[in-house]
Amino acid sequence: MTEPTTRRIAIEPLSRVEGHGKVTLLLDEAGAVREARLHIVEFRGFEAFIVGRPYWEVPVVVQRLCGICPVSHNLCAAKALDAVVGGVPPPSAVKLRRLMHSAQLLQSHALHFFHLASPDLLFGFDSDASRRNLMGLVERHPEVAKMGVMLRKFGQQVLEAVYGKRVHGTGAVPGGVNKHLSLEARDQFVSQVPQVKAWALEAVGLARRLTEVNQARHRGFGAVPSNLLGLVATDGSLDLYDGVLRGVDAEGRVLFDGVEAVDYRALIREEARPWSYMKFPYLERLGPDVGWYKVGPLARLQLCDRLPTPLAEAARLEFRAAYPGVTHAPLAYHWARMVELLHAVEDLERLFADEGLLHGDLVATGARQREGIGIIEAPRGTLIHHYEVGDDDLVTRCNLIVSTTNNNQAMNEAIRAVAQRYLSGHEVTEGLLNHVEVAVRAFDPCLSCATHAMGQMPLEVTVVDAGGAVAGVGRRGEA
Amino acid sequence: MSRSAFTLDGAEVPFDDGQTLIEAARAARRYVPFLCAHPDYPAHGSCRVCTVLVNGRPMAACTTKAAAGQVVESDTPALTADRRALVQMLFVEGNHFCPGCEKSGGCTLQSLGIELGVTSAGFAHESPVRPVDASHPDLLLDFDRCILCELCVRASADVDGKHVFALSGRGLHKHLIVNAESGRLVDTGMSVDDAAASVCPVGVILKKRVGFSTPIGQRPHDVATPRQQVEGKEGA
Repeated sequence: MTEPTTRRIAIEPLSRVEGHGKVTLLLDEAGAVREARLHIVEFRGFEAFIVGRPYWEVPVVVQRLCGICPVSHNLCAAKALDAVVGGVPPPSAVKLRRLMHSAQLLQSHALHFFHLASPDLLFGFDSDASRRNLMGLVERHPEVAKMGVMLRKFGQQVLEAVYGKRVHGTGAVPGGVNKHLSLEARDQFVSQVPQVKAWALEAVGLARRLTEVNQARHRGFGAVPSNLLGLVATDGSLDLYDGVLRGVDAEGRVLFDGVEAVDYRALIREEARPWSYMKFPYLERLGPDVGWYKVGPLARLQLCDRLPTPLAEAARLEFRAAYPGVTHAPLAYHWARMVELLHAVEDLERLFADEGLLHGDLVATGARQREGIGIIEAPRGTLIHHYEVGDDDLVTRCNLIVSTTNNNQAMNEAIRAVAQRYLSGHEVTEGLLNHVEVAVRAFDPCLSCATHAMGQMPLEVTVVDAGGAVAGVGRRGEA
Repeated sequence: MSRSAFTLDGAEVPFDDGQTLIEAARAARRYVPFLCAHPDYPAHGSCRVCTVLVNGRPMAACTTKAAAGQVVESDTPALTADRRALVQMLFVEGNHFCPGCEKSGGCTLQSLGIELGVTSAGFAHESPVRPVDASHPDLLLDFDRCILCELCVRASADVDGKHVFALSGRGLHKHLIVNAESGRLVDTGMSVDDAAASVCPVGVILKKRVGFSTPIGQRPHDVATPRQQVEGKEGA
């Protein structure tokens, strides 16, 4: 008896996503997809090397996880360390942090939709690969490309004004922030808001049209029912900066609500699998098989009771009306993401009108604590930072559950569904393989953020000098 | 040329008797790159970054007395290349992670690297293992960043009268130590108000719990780089 022959196809590297990863597909003799996996092939290890560093360094160091959403990590780390310094940030500090957060969400969502995802949606999943990219977008839809660039630019300019740099600044510190917004910068931004809001409305319309134009395919594409997880304000409205955890099942029934950040450990467990550096979180009460969940814009818009900003709330209602019940279609992320982008612009407008951005106390401290947990809704979903700090001010333990990690199982399920639906029994072409990438891309994964220390997973690091000679080898576990 | 003057890159620089080349240059608002030289402390001559050519001979500008008629060259491609190599060696001998260092924007080594156009390591990293000393309630020592300038040694001995710091070992093994049986800062007489607590030009001696409280744009070298401070010019 001979073993059945199988064929392995690797999509490597995944393109138009942040970070480095690959997808492997295992096909049997008949060409049916037997397995599809998203592998994270880069290793970062921030959870390990932040240990032994002073706690005030953490928000600046840990944000280097990412070049797209460093502000989310800067804020989440600072929120966790607010508890360590025993201070409730003053009202001005909270407003400035919220300003940073909405500016960050705006630039990140614009980057993903316009620069990374729109070529698939505008040109077709299996269109000419040489044109299916940002340069093709600039060439054939210059007005769309410009809108994306300008939306992102506005968010980055706000960040530069309040966080020191467009990427990797130093805005949030434990207990508060380190600067106000200047009156001059505020007035300049206020004058730009009408145009930015008009672009944001246009972006929502574009995402909606692109979703509706091929509704039948979009609704089923990679859709796998799951639980949804996210933060909401105590009144049930969307709050991206602070709130309580709410979880619903695949039909939208509430599983839990009002869970405080400090109680996340009773809610979430993380499973390690040997073929990926990314962990697999799940709801403890449901177990790993059915306890996995989605986070991010698609989850948030279907979890919350309403958005606190009027135009975005109207857009959310249109989105919900288009998908009665709960949708699990990954491609619906794009429309939801642009609704959130509009919400971010409206939130910035609301904050610009607040004098608290310009003056007021910036930092508060109190009784020192040894542990801090922060949760924030980053652009890609729920982000958790957890630190323990010794009496000597050095970090003794760190756990990060990053947005993309929370979506790990959901992304794997989506690519499996797409691969089985579109690839099985067909001659595998670049266009068909791009279908798999389209499914991953919809989640806007940040693979750089999502890979960390993982128990005793075998790891070998080889250091090669410039001449190609092996300078040293370090091993953990089996080599 | 007047009797008490030398030329620095062709420009006349007056001096008082006893002044070193770098002191006279600073008084004339002319920048000679430096690292371990500090106007409040006697010259040390350890880093050699301020090396200039005096009548064609390489000399440390911080230890060489000015003399009438000297022809001093500083701003030359060869000297800049030598200084760049010295700074690169200091970077690779320690563990300098500027992106996460609270001294960024106020670090003399970092600013000198920028001034000299250091864009790569240039040499193999030594990657030393030097645990931090966080034992003191108000001060942190991050030995990874030490450049052996001895400014803390001088400040503690000459100003504070405490002799908290010293360099131990020789050559590649030279390292900063504190004066306590335990080897820990908490067991010395060091105080956060000591001159030695504020003199470190890099990020070794740090006051706890204040890192990153100064925003980007207002840090010391954002306001004026060492060159701009000498030349009396404000930063961008």
